[in-house]
Amino acid sequence: MLLFLGKRLLQLIPTLFFVSVIIFGLQQLLPGDPALAMAGEERDPEVLEQIRKQYRLDQPLYVQYLYWVGGVLSGNLGESMRLKEPVLTLILQKFPVTLQLALMAIVISLTIGITAGVISAVKKDTPIDYAVNVIALWGISTPNFWLGIMLIFLFAVHLGWLPASGYVGLFEDPWLSLQTTILPAFVLGNSFAAVLMRHTRSAMLQAMSSDYVRTARAKGLAERVVVLKHAMRNALTPVVTLGALELGTLLSGAVLTEQVFSIPGFGKLIVDSVFNRDYAVVQGVTLVTATTYILLNLLADIAYVLINPRLRS
Amino acid sequence: MAVSQALAVELHHESPGARARRRLLKRKSAVLGLVVIVLFVLIAVFAPLITPYDPTQQIWTSIRRPPSPQHWFGTDESGRDLFSRVIFGARASLLAGVVSISIALGLGVPIGLLAGYGGKWIDAVIGRITDAMLACPFLILAIALAAFLGPSLQNAMIAIGLTAAPIFVRLTRGQVMAVKVEDYVEAARAVGNPPVRIAVKHILPNIMPALIVQATISIATAIIAEASLSFLGLGQQPPAPSWGSMLNTAQRFLTNAPWMAIWPGLAIFLVVLSFNILGDGLRDALDPKER
Repeated sequence: MLLFLGKRLLQLIPTLFFVSVIIFGLQQLLPGDPALAMAGEERDPEVLEQIRKQYRLDQPLYVQYLYWVGGVLSGNLGESMRLKEPVLTLILQKFPVTLQLALMAIVISLTIGITAGVISAVKKDTPIDYAVNVIALWGISTPNFWLGIMLIFLFAVHLGWLPASGYVGLFEDPWLSLQTTILPAFVLGNSFAAVLMRHTRSAMLQAMSSDYVRTARAKGLAERVVVLKHAMRNALTPVVTLGALELGTLLSGAVLTEQVFSIPGFGKLIVDSVFNRDYAVVQGVTLVTATTYILLNLLADIAYVLINPRLRS
Repeated sequence: MAVSQALAVELHHESPGARARRRLLKRKSAVLGLVVIVLFVLIAVFAPLITPYDPTQQIWTSIRRPPSPQHWFGTDESGRDLFSRVIFGARASLLAGVVSISIALGLGVPIGLLAGYGGKWIDAVIGRITDAMLACPFLILAIALAAFLGPSLQNAMIAIGLTAAPIFVRLTRGQVMAVKVEDYVEAARAVGNPPVRIAVKHILPNIMPALIVQATISIATAIIAEASLSFLGLGQQPPAPSWGSMLNTAQRFLTNAPWMAIWPGLAIFLVVLSFNILGDGLRDALDPKER
């Protein structure tokens, strides 16, 4: 296990190096003088000079990269041009909001996805199975920003049950927080629920046709016990690790969901930064998201080995 | 008996393309998906002949009108005909889907071939770069690229294409690894074919089915990505119609003109759904294990 962990950690180094190169390289795509592009509306020569100095734009590219990556390693992701605050501070302020949304979305999608997937596999080739498959296809094909708009129309504008937008922190007012986040969390988890449904269904079908399930049935166990205790426990191992991986993808989906519901999270931060040409924030958010995704990947791998006894040796 | 034997012989001599076509046509949902896609392509190509109004023409006397015989889908906040805008919007979406995935294929397949067929060292470097790109969540990387390149449909397509390329690198590499140990590749190598010829003439045709399936499903993802970028203001720029930017505007008028949000969203959903079910059908039809 230790050897596996060490090997996996070593593999992270080149991946993280290339991630940093790609994100640093984004800056090179800016047309014309990067200092001018970074300054946005500002045309003051002093400000431009300060930007050139700060990002060492007058130095060779590799020197710029080394300074940038050195800053990143010491926790300095640069400073927001617009908000005049360190990028890391901004990210740390917004991250809990998106994390709450993503965790709620995962709970919703695991509940819907696994339940529907198991029912679909148990009721294979029945109208219920077809219905679940159609719903899964619908979930995968619906753009989440459209779903968000439609749900706002139904639940906020038409029925008046839930607020159309805004966010209240979980520790400020838990009930109001739930009201403001339940729709966005459902929208965010929708497509993942559909993906989970498909994975659970195929994993369950495989488990149900295995020898150990046949043995359990031959022993005369009740079908409910066979499905829930024998088939499901084995089928869900890969599905649960998929959940950890999907948290990274949800961070990406949160960009649109937060925009639709005006939630001041991580996603809204990157979009606002794009329009204010606050490139240091765009780079910072991309870097943190990618690193989070890589670490989740690692955790998923470790969890998979820990859960699966055959891989432990 | 004789008939089934004759049929078996005929099927035996069937070309792989014909066999895939026969299998695909047996799947009703996939055929339906294909029909809807063809319909949308025709709509996009013949948009000027179909639409009753100019999609950018502002009619200030018909602002935010609900659907009616004059304006089938209603009008928007500037009095523009929504039916005409949805029809013309198909151009941006389909173009973005096809062009960005062509970019992804154009980059991903040769690099994947190089990784799978080149030496260990090349494979390791390409593998790590691919891992790094795949580690950046798709939409966030596309947004970052589009932000640095500048907002336009063309740049959105480049951003989506670059972001989708690593999927094809990894797929091609994996397929090449599986195929290159096959006897026919060994034979091609034994008779002295150069590596490039083996890769292009012998390996590529055999990994095509997997690439076709992935490309079809990726077009669906690319269409959603373009709509997402346009929704955020990073894709097609106004007044040119795009389904994503139409939804962005519609959100502001949800209380008094909800129809503005229905049609563009429905159009995205239908096209994406069609590509997804066609992709599923192609996967089954091109699967060599399927009888």
